[in-house]
Amino acid sequence: MTTQTKSHVLSSLNLSMPKFNTSMLLALLLPTIGISLFLMMWSAAAPKIDTSLGAFPGPAQVWEQTLTLWDEHIQEREKEEAFYIRQEERNAQRAAQDPSYEVKIRSYTGKATFIDQIGTSLVTVLAGFVLASLIAIPLGIFIGLSERLNQAVNPIIQVFKPVSPLAWLPLVTMVVSAVYVSEDPLFEKSFITSLITVSLCSLWPTLLNTAVGVANIDKDLMNVSQVLRLSTLTHIRKIVLPSSIPMMFTGLRLSIGIAWMVLIAAEMLAQNPGLGKFVWDEFQNGSSNSLARIIVAVLTIGFVGYCLDRIMLLIQQRVNWDKSTQVR
Amino acid sequence: MSKLHLELSAIGIEFPTPKGAFRALANVNLKINKGEFISLIGHSGCGKSTVLNIIAGLHQATEGGAVLDGKEVNEPGPERAVVFQNHSLLPWLTAYENVELAVNQVFKNTMSKKEKREWIEHNLELVHMSHALHKRPDEISGGMKQRVGIARALSMQPQVLLMDEPFGALDALTRAHLQDSLMEIQAQLGNTVVMITHDVDEAVLLSDRIVMMTNGPAATVGEILKIDLPRPRNRIALADDPTYNHYRSAVLKFLYEKQKKIEDIKSASQSVGIKKATSEVA
Repeated sequence: MTTQTKSHVLSSLNLSMPKFNTSMLLALLLPTIGISLFLMMWSAAAPKIDTSLGAFPGPAQVWEQTLTLWDEHIQEREKEEAFYIRQEERNAQRAAQDPSYEVKIRSYTGKATFIDQIGTSLVTVLAGFVLASLIAIPLGIFIGLSERLNQAVNPIIQVFKPVSPLAWLPLVTMVVSAVYVSEDPLFEKSFITSLITVSLCSLWPTLLNTAVGVANIDKDLMNVSQVLRLSTLTHIRKIVLPSSIPMMFTGLRLSIGIAWMVLIAAEMLAQNPGLGKFVWDEFQNGSSNSLARIIVAVLTIGFVGYCLDRIMLLIQQRVNWDKSTQVR
Repeated sequence: MSKLHLELSAIGIEFPTPKGAFRALANVNLKINKGEFISLIGHSGCGKSTVLNIIAGLHQATEGGAVLDGKEVNEPGPERAVVFQNHSLLPWLTAYENVELAVNQVFKNTMSKKEKREWIEHNLELVHMSHALHKRPDEISGGMKQRVGIARALSMQPQVLLMDEPFGALDALTRAHLQDSLMEIQAQLGNTVVMITHDVDEAVLLSDRIVMMTNGPAATVGEILKIDLPRPRNRIALADDPTYNHYRSAVLKFLYEKQKKIEDIKSASQSVGIKKATSEVA
């Protein structure tokens, strides 16, 4: 038995080796050619574009700024660490001199680095996406189950769906300022504003796709559910939810893409911390390095968006039972 | 001797259409005894499935109704389990889990966990699916899916097993295998079965009585043929049996002489299309 499996493994290895050589090489080579050509065209065109902040940065300047941004982050972290060590020492000294002294810990108030901004943006987009999903999936299920509810709310959905985040933002900002009043807020107001704007704009694809998925459940499966006399809750849990999962995930992937795009715009306009604010600050700053730093941000935004989509795709492939439809 | 189990009395049904009500069935009467195997046969569109759906409770009769053990059928329920033509297994569950869904629902409070597991495995064994308990529907063949569908229906311990062309979508060899399995199971369990079929051989081989339906609209029971062949029945031995062939030709006569299907416009235009195509080939 073991020798059999061994020889099987060997033969499959031998078989797959030539395949690996040609197709894998091409899969590496073609994107490399594409990227190299793009970089060449970029560096050729960049010096010819004159802006008020100097020539448009080429790949070299952008790379340089990437390293600078990273260094600034490291330095900032070191400063922060030093600040806390100093504070601790000072507190220890005071406590030694005066035992009744109450130790106060002040948090570090240095400026947010590029890396911090990425973190803020990621947290905000995920929170907004989760909130949007928590609203859109249950609502989508109800709309899918009831044709009447669908007819009632469909016009509202269709009108709100195409509204730009920039139009929502002033309203959301005002409402949050008015409603979210607390002595000791758990979250920053700007965080709440971004979160709600992101949710408002990104919940529609999930809502619509879930509703369509639920409404189009196989008639036979509905009959099975009836013959088994499944209760409404069991029916939703055992039949409705699983059968609408492929459509639901199509919607979720669209939603997270929209959420990320919306977030950057919202941060920029509302001065909420995050990558959008970084871009805006650099634009206002107007130093000779600003454009290169903005390009670093643009590439980062693109790369993070790509990663978010890949993660959703992985989850989708894991939970999708319908192997007849290829997920890509 | 055998007692009345399921009675269809004066069933009629109308479906609303844009052109007014369409009367699909009129005055369908049938008395079925416990343990009987009944086949419903007739041309497509004659309302066989509608009869089955009324017994299942998935459709409501406009007039009359079905009475099971003295109780009128108003809604679907597991005591009238249905085997659908397209297996209708939940594609995201394994064979075992599909049967489990039914068992958990029907025997929620009456079986322990262990009893449930044994009961699920027992039913899948009945249909010879023990080797693929944990395969999902897309990993097994059409015949195997239909076996699991039958196991799911049997696991509900139904008083009546309703089968809507259960083997219609299968190839001839698989169909023969499944027919033999079904005969075996029925001999063992003594279920009352109502099965819809298009296949004359299948009807004669499996049934105690064949109910032949007239063409719609307003279809009803045309003739009932009692099949007096000893069980267990063997398809090879029966192939040359004069009684068997006599029953077979009786059903064929009913379908192709007495109830010759008058082509409606749609199927007529289809056959014109076929003629056209053949003449073009010629």
